[in-house]
Amino acid sequence: MPAAPTVVLNARALERTVARMADEIVERADGTEQLVLVGIQRRGVQIADRVAKVIADREGAQVPRGALDITLYRDDLQTVGPRPIIGKTDIPWAIDGKTVVIVDDVLYTGRTVRAALDELADFGRPARIMLAVVVDRGGRELPIHADVVGRVVDVPKGGRVDVFVSELDGRDEVTLVIAGEEG
Amino acid sequence: MSAPLGKDLLGLEHLSAEQITLILDTADPLREISERAIKKVPTLRGATVLNLFYEPSTRTRTSFEFAEKRMSADTVNIATAASSVTKGETLVDTAKNLEAMKIDMVVIRHPSSGAARFLAERIESNVINAGDGMHEHPTQGLLDLLTLRRKFGTLKGKRVCIVGDVLHSRVARSNIWGLTKLGADVAVCGPRTLLPAAIAEFGVTVFDRVEAAIEWADALNVLRLQLERMTGGYIPSLREYNRVFGVTRERLDRSPRDLVIMHPGPMNRGVEIDSDVADGPHSVILEQVTNGVAVRMAVLYLLAGHAPALAEAAKGGDRS
Amino acid sequence: MTELRDVVLRGGRLLDPSSNLDGVGDLLVRNGKVEALGGNLGTPDGAEVIDCKGQVVTPGFIDVHCHLREPGREDVETIQSGARAAAAGGFTAVCAMPNTDPVTDNQAAIGFVLKQGRAANAARVYPIGAISIGQKGERLAEFGEMVHAGAVAVSDDGKPVVSAQLMRTALEYARTFGIPVADHCEEPTLAAGGAMHEGFVSARLGLKGIPAEAEEIMAIRDILLARLTGGHVHLCHMSTKGSVELIRWGKERGISVTAEACPHHLSLTDAAVEGYNTNAKMNPPLRSAVDVEAVQQAVKDGTIDVLATDHAPHHNDEKSREFADAPNGIIGLETALPVNVTWLVKSGIISLATLVERMSCAPARLFNLPGGTLRRGSAADITVFDPDQAWTVDPAAFLTKGRNTPYGGRILHGRVGCTLVDGRIVFRKMG
Repeated sequence: MPAAPTVVLNARALERTVARMADEIVERADGTEQLVLVGIQRRGVQIADRVAKVIADREGAQVPRGALDITLYRDDLQTVGPRPIIGKTDIPWAIDGKTVVIVDDVLYTGRTVRAALDELADFGRPARIMLAVVVDRGGRELPIHADVVGRVVDVPKGGRVDVFVSELDGRDEVTLVIAGEEG
Repeated sequence: MSAPLGKDLLGLEHLSAEQITLILDTADPLREISERAIKKVPTLRGATVLNLFYEPSTRTRTSFEFAEKRMSADTVNIATAASSVTKGETLVDTAKNLEAMKIDMVVIRHPSSGAARFLAERIESNVINAGDGMHEHPTQGLLDLLTLRRKFGTLKGKRVCIVGDVLHSRVARSNIWGLTKLGADVAVCGPRTLLPAAIAEFGVTVFDRVEAAIEWADALNVLRLQLERMTGGYIPSLREYNRVFGVTRERLDRSPRDLVIMHPGPMNRGVEIDSDVADGPHSVILEQVTNGVAVRMAVLYLLAGHAPALAEAAKGGDRS
Repeated sequence: MTELRDVVLRGGRLLDPSSNLDGVGDLLVRNGKVEALGGNLGTPDGAEVIDCKGQVVTPGFIDVHCHLREPGREDVETIQSGARAAAAGGFTAVCAMPNTDPVTDNQAAIGFVLKQGRAANAARVYPIGAISIGQKGERLAEFGEMVHAGAVAVSDDGKPVVSAQLMRTALEYARTFGIPVADHCEEPTLAAGGAMHEGFVSARLGLKGIPAEAEEIMAIRDILLARLTGGHVHLCHMSTKGSVELIRWGKERGISVTAEACPHHLSLTDAAVEGYNTNAKMNPPLRSAVDVEAVQQAVKDGTIDVLATDHAPHHNDEKSREFADAPNGIIGLETALPVNVTWLVKSGIISLATLVERMSCAPARLFNLPGGTLRRGSAADITVFDPDQAWTVDPAAFLTKGRNTPYGGRILHGRVGCTLVDGRIVFRKMG
């Protein structure tokens, strides 16, 4: 029987967290002028959209948003099994000299971010790259570190943490599942 | 599944609608890579791809080469004659040599129907059919499908007519299979001498006159007419072909719709298609070329890394 | 030379349509001849007794159409290996087509084939001479000299006789010698470049097809020429519905036309080519289901007089090629009986007696060959087989040098137990 998921952040809590993340991002970037948000497919894109909306409300600035699909840059394509579906990559402006904030839902091993860094390097040379994630669950396999973190969640071995967004999943929620005998 | 297309891409006849859709869905986002300043992703780094072309071809071969290089694969080109007179190595021996050289993927174009399958049965490498005799040219069929899908949103119920020498055309066959599987209404149009005797069994409508085809269709795929067809006695002259079957501005203007015009290239301007049509606003011929690279990248991506032993050990799942 | 022993074939079903015989009994072979048939014959001293219980004992099968490749292609078959394969298939005699290298178009070549056949000590080998010198379709070969040397018929098989004038002349000239003229019916301009039957399968596979009409146009031409000349035309490997309808038309008018069909055209359709299987490539090609059915019915009603094999071995290297480049032909001597039994007899289309008539009695009668009968005093050319035994076809075990068969791995019914020629056992099944 799979263990029931625990709600770490409900919809309202997630909204607050995202708002605080947006403030931190602007603070660390010293304003919105060179700021650019790049969401990692899939849910990083929706989170980046919300961050941009908060920034627009608070600062009155429209921060450019892009999407990055890192499938083709993964280091585990040969062993991952099913050929992953490739999502849309859309970075329609030059990133040279910009402050690029990579936005993702969960930071775990760090491999996704490594792939994103490689891919961004093919687009240009930002002045600075930062990482903002909703959940940091630890378990890093590479020396990757998030600059802006929504919530640190300690996930026991075999467990998982998921971020759900209403655009894709019908609800806003962050849940933690501890391993039972998962089906 | 770890190998959604199997080991090889030999044709569209035996692919399911799901498999074809997967290829198109994969190709779509890959178009963007060709827009970048650095037109490269590292996905096939370290993979060796051999372009084995027994028939001369600039466009298809370069399209494959771009696709392979943009995926960071190492490419090798072999252009060789396949005539029985100057036959060098047999296909059997070529297969054995490729096997010994541990090549990951082979893209083969050959004048004999069934040659791609012949090779695929004898080597472990992935084999992509870039055109085998009169049989199939699956990547061309796929890029045609992608082009139409992008234009119409869906292929279901869309009326597509293939105009020209269907009898000898591998592009026509691949198109018929692909379009039918994705729910399009397919027709062919050409002189009866250039249609297979059993054409009715393909489940397509047959138009004897191109005017009727133009009135009916949402899109035309105009095939190249080869000079050999005239010397082979199938049609009396190229001039007559153009006058009777040519896709001309005048004929096109009578279409009740914005008829989409496609052509696999290279074109015989003034024979099967007039320049003002080929260069006109309804033509998607250049878009086909762009989509060709993306489709070929998608096929390489989906076939590569087909390693059954590894797939067994794979765990999959979220590793972010 | 070992002395010829008497042989008793004990307890089999004696089946001889030529003498209306069908009953269980014994058959005594003495001095190379059928000495006696009946129930409970005794066992002479020193006689070899072969238990034929559950098996059928018939006049030996005669194949009027096979390719033994010698002289010229001894790497794929010799007259010896072919004759032995024939014996293994239950054939006591075969007629060897002349498309050898050099072509068998003169008395010396005929003599060579006969000599090799005798040395093989297996099935009898009767040479067929070419119609034209070199099979070039230009000048008539010396029918008289060839017949005198032992030729039993003439044919340019491998190729059609393209010129109607030449065919007419051949039919007229052959009358002098009372031999059939066997034609491979193929209109060359319609068939040119074709690799398989023209139909949906060829359109899907992207292979140039040979329409049925390519065969039918020449069939009716030959039938009309037979009418014109009064000669005997024998139509080889008939494969289409249209052809058998035309033969029927000719026979109804008393024209001297006979026809043969081969096992593959009675059992497989063009679907067998799927996957570009070169072991399903031959000329005339495998046709549609409608054609197969029509030819089966023609075997039943006698429109097809004779079942032949068109045994055509090829080297594995030659068949391991792109489909369009692979040579035409499949082997057939060792699969003819089981294929015919499985598709014609077991399916209820013809009786076993009709099968024997088509495989033995008719070939002998129409080609004027000894054999085709178990009458007392006739040469003991006998086939013993089990029509019910099921077995898996294993090409590696064949006696022919060829391996090019589409039936590999299939389970068929009908197995040869032993074959006798002139009272000698030339084949015996192991185990």
